[in-house]
Amino acid sequence: MESTYGVIDKAVAVHDPVVTIRDVYLQRGPRPILTGATLSVNRGEIIALMGASGSGKTTLLRAIAGLETFDKGAIAVDGVTMGGGPSTAASIRDLRRKVGMVFQFHCLFEHMSAVQNVWLAPVHVHRVAQPVAEHRAIELMRTLGVDHRARALPRELSGGEAQRVAIARALATDPPVLLMDEPTASLDPARRSELSALLRTLVSRQRTLLIATHDEEFAHSAATRVLHVSGGRVSS
Amino acid sequence: MRSFAAWILVLATSTLASAQSSQPPFRWAGDPEGGAPYVEASPTDPNTLVGFDVEIADLMARGLGRAPQFVLVSFYQIDQSVSRGDAEIGLSGIEDTVARRTTMAVTVPYYAFREVLSVRDGDAGKYRTLSDLAGRRVATLAGTIAYDILLRGEREYGLTAVSYEDDLHPYSDLVLGRVDAVLLDNVLADRRKRTISGFTIQPATVAGSHYVGVFAQANATLRDRANDILKQAMRDGTLERIFRKWQVWNDEQPPLYKAVLASETIPAVTGIDTGESAATMSWWRATARYFPALVRASLVTIALSCLSMALAVTLGILIASGRVYGQRGVRMFLTGYVELVRGTPVLLQLFVLYYGIAAAIKLPAFAAAFLGLALNYAAYESEIYRSALEAVSVGQLEAARTLGFSERQVLTLIRGPQAFRFALAPMMNDFIALLKDSSLVSVLTVMELTKQTQIFATNIGSWVIPGTLCAAMYLMMSLPLSVLARRLEERWKAPTA
Repeated sequence: MESTYGVIDKAVAVHDPVVTIRDVYLQRGPRPILTGATLSVNRGEIIALMGASGSGKTTLLRAIAGLETFDKGAIAVDGVTMGGGPSTAASIRDLRRKVGMVFQFHCLFEHMSAVQNVWLAPVHVHRVAQPVAEHRAIELMRTLGVDHRARALPRELSGGEAQRVAIARALATDPPVLLMDEPTASLDPARRSELSALLRTLVSRQRTLLIATHDEEFAHSAATRVLHVSGGRVSS
Repeated sequence: MRSFAAWILVLATSTLASAQSSQPPFRWAGDPEGGAPYVEASPTDPNTLVGFDVEIADLMARGLGRAPQFVLVSFYQIDQSVSRGDAEIGLSGIEDTVARRTTMAVTVPYYAFREVLSVRDGDAGKYRTLSDLAGRRVATLAGTIAYDILLRGEREYGLTAVSYEDDLHPYSDLVLGRVDAVLLDNVLADRRKRTISGFTIQPATVAGSHYVGVFAQANATLRDRANDILKQAMRDGTLERIFRKWQVWNDEQPPLYKAVLASETIPAVTGIDTGESAATMSWWRATARYFPALVRASLVTIALSCLSMALAVTLGILIASGRVYGQRGVRMFLTGYVELVRGTPVLLQLFVLYYGIAAAIKLPAFAAAFLGLALNYAAYESEIYRSALEAVSVGQLEAARTLGFSERQVLTLIRGPQAFRFALAPMMNDFIALLKDSSLVSVLTVMELTKQTQIFATNIGSWVIPGTLCAAMYLMMSLPLSVLARRLEERWKAPTA
């Protein structure tokens, strides 16, 4: 059952695991970061990963996005499975077609306009014709309420605008899983509330969100499930 | 080899110093690079200078009751150095020219020489005079009487004058086939004939002149005393003994000495019309005469700088990419290249490219200059690009990777363009530096702006007008680049935070 925002109600998330993390270990130097992290996320869920700084929640997202090589265990995203140790370029490429990521500091490409940031991957990775990709990018930005800033450079955007453009960029390739790292870190309370509503509008039965956050209020308002990361492990 | 400022190095002091310590030393300027028989470091003791000009300097110093003190000055700067007081006299096979007589206080001539043509043995029957060399390249030393003669030859016979900064490479390039003839004086030709085979010195005299000492015009009194010493040495056979010792005495000297001692008027140069010498013209006329050559030389400078920079940028990008992305072996090789190029003088690199590998690859002068500058600047550019690539934040690269870009796409779409903004200012700075460094290639006989200016200055005996014109032309080339750089920086301004 969909709400007025097109969200999935917590009760109706079906048992259709789209992200499966099984017993993942990751160590950097002498310091263990993930120590047997295990997690299963169903399609359509919004998962909030909460935990103290250094608990491993951001590292877990980065491992799911293929930005961190883990030592052992397995991560499967929508049918693409990564094992411990270095992965092949092909498996990384396949994984990244399944995952979009919004970074804490947005990381918009500084030399490009907002709309270019959004259509760049569809054109160069998914071979969509540029006019088509640009049209879709504008539509997506309109959905997110930042189409009026399409030609602005990242340095000309406010924090909230930059975040919406970053979300649009991550969604432009239509990944089934969207990862967000500390999305409320640079937002005031009013913007946090807006973001919470926005994320709910974004979620359909085909998309899943994993959000690493410190913000308990936001986590409970936005997520369908709130999990805790501590000592490199995930618990409910 | 070249130096623009008259840099000074005291190499030796006379053994007479202790006996004549009350008198200031007699400072004389020369260039040991000219070598024997003029001035050279002794083969048995490199700290000691030998040569007939060394002995003439000693002779004068003794006559003046002073100790000789050698001042090292580049051959091309001796007049200017003497004029500004670095030394009292210049002696280093200095030619007696109308310009010099106009702008300096020259001594009486002490040695007569002939300008002679040298050609490859196989061409001895074909190229006997300059008029036989239409369409051919004829080499000589820049800023000499021979160079003036060749410039006339360009107009009258259609030959091409090629200017060198030393007297060895014209002959080695003659034998290699880079030039078809060499016009220099008989002393230099005979000297090279002893060590380089494969060329013939034609017997005909193209022009005649003499070696003289030069004093500053304000030092005419000292010049007159030096003249008295020279004349006495002509009378008592001292000069003959010196020149016989250095195996350059010949039948042309006694008539010269007779004329000097008889106080006859001796023309600076014989065999060519010197009525149109730049030194006797008004500055305005001289400028009008040399201006087209300066413009042509500027075009050479621009073409050389643009081509070299284009190749340097291309190679620099490839080297930087290789150093950032390459395998260990590639990185080590490229690092080695960068360190080798940065650790050795560009002048040495130019020499190696043009002369050093000439036996295997005979590069034309412009090509060697272009390659030399490009290969040198590529090393510096690569360091700029490497640091610029590494300055792009990891977040930008990770954002690109999570969107599915390949590493090549990350480089070409994200990292490269962002690095370019960081590199822009130092790169434009290097381009302006290259414009000026291009003056170094005159050692490879490329006639660029600074070299042409130097010839202009030598011929009119002053740096004021040539130097001002040269500076104005360099500014006209570099200022638009500076403006362009500022505009590009403004347009592609890198984020400040």
